[in-house]
Amino acid sequence: MTTEKHTEHHSSFQSYVTGFLFSIVLTIIPLVLVLNDMLENPLLLVIILLAACFQFVIQIYYFMHLRENKNRGYIVLALIVGIIIVVTVVGGSAWVMNF
Amino acid sequence: MSQSTAGKIDHHNEEEHHDTSSIKIFGFWIFLISDLILFSVLFATYVVLRTRYSGGPTGAELFEVPIFVAETFILLTSSFTSGLATLGLQQGKVKTVINWLIVTVVLGIAFVGLEVTEFITLVEEGATISTSAFLSAFYVLVGTHGLHVSAGIIWMISTIFQLSRYGITEETNRKTQVVSLYWHFLDVVWIFIFTVVYLLGVM
Amino acid sequence: MIESIKNFSSDFFVTGDPLIYGADVSIVLVMVAIIFVLTYFKKWKWLWSEWLTTVDHKKIGIMYLIASLLMLFRGGVDAILMRTQLAFPNMDFLPSDKYNEIFTTHGTIMILFMAMPLMFALFNMVVPLQIGARDVAYPFLNAVSFWTFFFGAMLFNLSFVIGGSPDAGWLSYAPLSETQFSEGPGQNYYIWGIQISGIGSLASGINFLVTILKMRAPGMKLMKMPMFSWSVLSSCIIIIFAFPILTVTLGLLFIDRYFGANFFTLAGGGNPMYYVNLIWMWGHPEVYLVVLPAFGVFSEVVATFSKKKIFGYKSMVFALLSISLLSFFTWVHHFFTMADYKVDAFFAITTMAIAIPTGVKVFNWMFTMFRGRIQMKPPMLWTIAFIPTFLVGGATGVMLAVAPADFQYHNSYFLIAHFHQVLIGGVVFGFFSGIYYWWPKIFGFSLNEKLGLWAFWLWNIGFYVTFMPQYALGFMGMPRRVSTYGWDMGWAPLNFISTIGAFLMGAGFIFQVWQIVYSIKHRNKEGAADPWDGRTLEWSIPSPPPEYNFAIIPKVSEQDDWWYKKQKGLTKVKEDYKPIHMPKNSGIPFIMGGFWFITGFGLTFEWTWMGIIGLIGVATSIVVRHLDNDTDYYIPVDEIERTEARIGGTR
Ligand code: HEM
Ligand SMILES: [Cu+2]
Repeated sequence: MTTEKHTEHHSSFQSYVTGFLFSIVLTIIPLVLVLNDMLENPLLLVIILLAACFQFVIQIYYFMHLRENKNRGYIVLALIVGIIIVVTVVGGSAWVMNF
Repeated sequence: MSQSTAGKIDHHNEEEHHDTSSIKIFGFWIFLISDLILFSVLFATYVVLRTRYSGGPTGAELFEVPIFVAETFILLTSSFTSGLATLGLQQGKVKTVINWLIVTVVLGIAFVGLEVTEFITLVEEGATISTSAFLSAFYVLVGTHGLHVSAGIIWMISTIFQLSRYGITEETNRKTQVVSLYWHFLDVVWIFIFTVVYLLGVM
Repeated sequence: MIESIKNFSSDFFVTGDPLIYGADVSIVLVMVAIIFVLTYFKKWKWLWSEWLTTVDHKKIGIMYLIASLLMLFRGGVDAILMRTQLAFPNMDFLPSDKYNEIFTTHGTIMILFMAMPLMFALFNMVVPLQIGARDVAYPFLNAVSFWTFFFGAMLFNLSFVIGGSPDAGWLSYAPLSETQFSEGPGQNYYIWGIQISGIGSLASGINFLVTILKMRAPGMKLMKMPMFSWSVLSSCIIIIFAFPILTVTLGLLFIDRYFGANFFTLAGGGNPMYYVNLIWMWGHPEVYLVVLPAFGVFSEVVATFSKKKIFGYKSMVFALLSISLLSFFTWVHHFFTMADYKVDAFFAITTMAIAIPTGVKVFNWMFTMFRGRIQMKPPMLWTIAFIPTFLVGGATGVMLAVAPADFQYHNSYFLIAHFHQVLIGGVVFGFFSGIYYWWPKIFGFSLNEKLGLWAFWLWNIGFYVTFMPQYALGFMGMPRRVSTYGWDMGWAPLNFISTIGAFLMGAGFIFQVWQIVYSIKHRNKEGAADPWDGRTLEWSIPSPPPEYNFAIIPKVSEQDDWWYKKQKGLTKVKEDYKPIHMPKNSGIPFIMGGFWFITGFGLTFEWTWMGIIGLIGVATSIVVRHLDNDTDYYIPVDEIERTEARIGGTR
């Protein structure tokens, strides 16, 4: 077991810092855009949602060690299905309830 | 797993080890994904009922920019520090792990404290859970996240306790990894609360 | 003082109905009898250390089986009561408020406390054995699942004698289920009974998913895995994604009731239709997740008793997985009448799409039987009975899925007939088939076939006699959930026939109980290890299997590996034992379940203090477990040798 552990890829301090910086930037951008009314609505909405989704990816990639997980294949698959369901639940409810 | 000796070296003996730790972490990922679905239903509820003010106050009237921005950065930082704790794990330094976890717990408590104050202020302004469907959805979405964070704090404290007692063993290693996964996950959920509830609310 | 106690207890206990007093008396009698028997035979310790604290998947499976059969009895009594009330026009056997309670508890119990646990019984009894594992991935969590289910079910059933039953239908549509229309504990019982057992269902879903993905014997590639395990995997996928939806839905309903929120209320900006939307987002996947394992059972049974490999293995796998995904995209077909026509059109199409993979499976079973050497053993009988029944159920489902037509059939007896056709013909027959099939494996003796044949025919004939008339009643305009009707409607003869059918099925159930009792008394242990000349790994070990299942973990090379080994004469294994790593028993799951019960009971009566005590207990149990690092042990080699010699293992 121990031997196996050592062959695994290790995340470094650097990758944590990169992730952290990314997420700070991705928080500040939408914040500034919204607080200063810098864009018109459909575009603004798209941008801030995209920023949130990017952060999601960043957290998973830099913080949650998914790269190094032995079961990442299954996990990524489960995440994809999960996201499909999330979109269905949120988007579907909004569609069904909105008329 | 300390009693096990001879059998382990023999690698034909794979049944010993469907590798407990990695299996447990895998299961925890699956749990997190199902928790993601749980939050998605709360988000859906918020989206559907977002404009049902029923004569009560709106988001733009209620949300205070400095508070939710502070909450966001606190939680972001705590996600980073809990990551640093797992980094210490890889280097085998218990002290580092424990220290970063303590920082994370303190940040977590600050976050929950801010949120509780925010809720109290809102209630004092007369915006309660029964005021409107919008506020019901708001309180339950944000509150469920807050409860998750509170549970995470207790859990982290219990992990710190074990780390200081047993050092880094296979068990505590796994437990630390799992709790920090949980913490990152809560950060992710918060990002969406930040965006969908607060940013859209003040827009 | 006396006066206030009297007032309290007349509110607290359900009073004024002979039915209920009868139940009270029998509950007390049964409890006394159980306590007496356990004490007299000095079995308390045995009960605790062998059963209540066990983490062995086989024993947990048996407990699920017992609990679900008890619930089948309770739900069946409800059904018979309803059918008796409807046998003739203008009956006053049950007043309409009691009738409402009974159809609510019937539906809830049958789906959540009968079908689900019976399904988990099969998961537990079969999956680890079939994939060559020594236990599930998380044995402790497995015990937690069982006890949360058990205490949730007990809480729900308590409503019959304490506080009053829920009466807003098995899905408790808002606004009827809101405080405004359903004051009192009944509705809270519904919420907490389901919430608590829901925790267990979600945990089982995760547990078996990971078990199947990570615990397979070496060499068993996913594409060589037995079909039942595939169906369990698909079902678990649905559980993992669907149960959180239920949890939130009922959570929001409770918050409405308890904290006065406005999610589904008529006032305050809430929207009752949103409840309907949410509950079906869980509800439709739910009905599919209970039927998929039944499909798995049929696949195993058909292959075994036709002496052939399952036809179209890959298409079967594909069908299972696509059903589990598609089941999330059809929910609106349950409320076409409330939604917009564009929405309806979309969901009508997705609903019909799901019939395609279902059809593929039926064809594959037929092709498997085609030119096979078919043996009409009990499990096979139930499977063969299932096919036509399910075909009709599927066809009527597609009829209902035609949105404009559904405006006619919706909430009529046609709908009732449709879903009983798929639920009894599909789920119940499937699970029965599975129980008959794996019974010898788990218990080590076989069931009497003659009594089983009686049960089989009574159930089948009873089924058609009950539900065929209901399609016609639906066309004649009889709506669901009416407690009585007049002579002038012309519904009397068909209703009477339908009631006869219900009693026939009841008789079938009695024959099954008799069959089990008889077979326990006249134990026939002959050939129990591999009675059907099976194909998969579970048949390669003794019956009942030792606690560690496999003394030597098999190495798998083929699909239907055991059959292959038997054909090639490779069944002998080298007796080269190693110490076996096993989880320790634990009392925490049981205790945690008990605390959940206290929590649920407190919140049901809105006694906050009690809810808090219960939750503290739950949290403490979790922390105690988290701090415990001494959770497993090793079985030494000499003990394995002794056990194997005693049970004649490792052939
Ligand atoms: C070929 C596949 C199927 C199709 C196309 C189908 C279609 C439908 C439709 C359209 C309805 C709603 C009718 C209405 O409310 O007016 C319905 C109700 C229902 N179906 Fe199915 N169905 C299928 C299979 C199943 C299966 C396999 C199950 C369970 C194992 C099931 C269980 C139910 C239940 C329980 C209801 C009614 C629940 C209620 O209203 O209380 N169906 N089905
Ligand atoms: Cu459906």
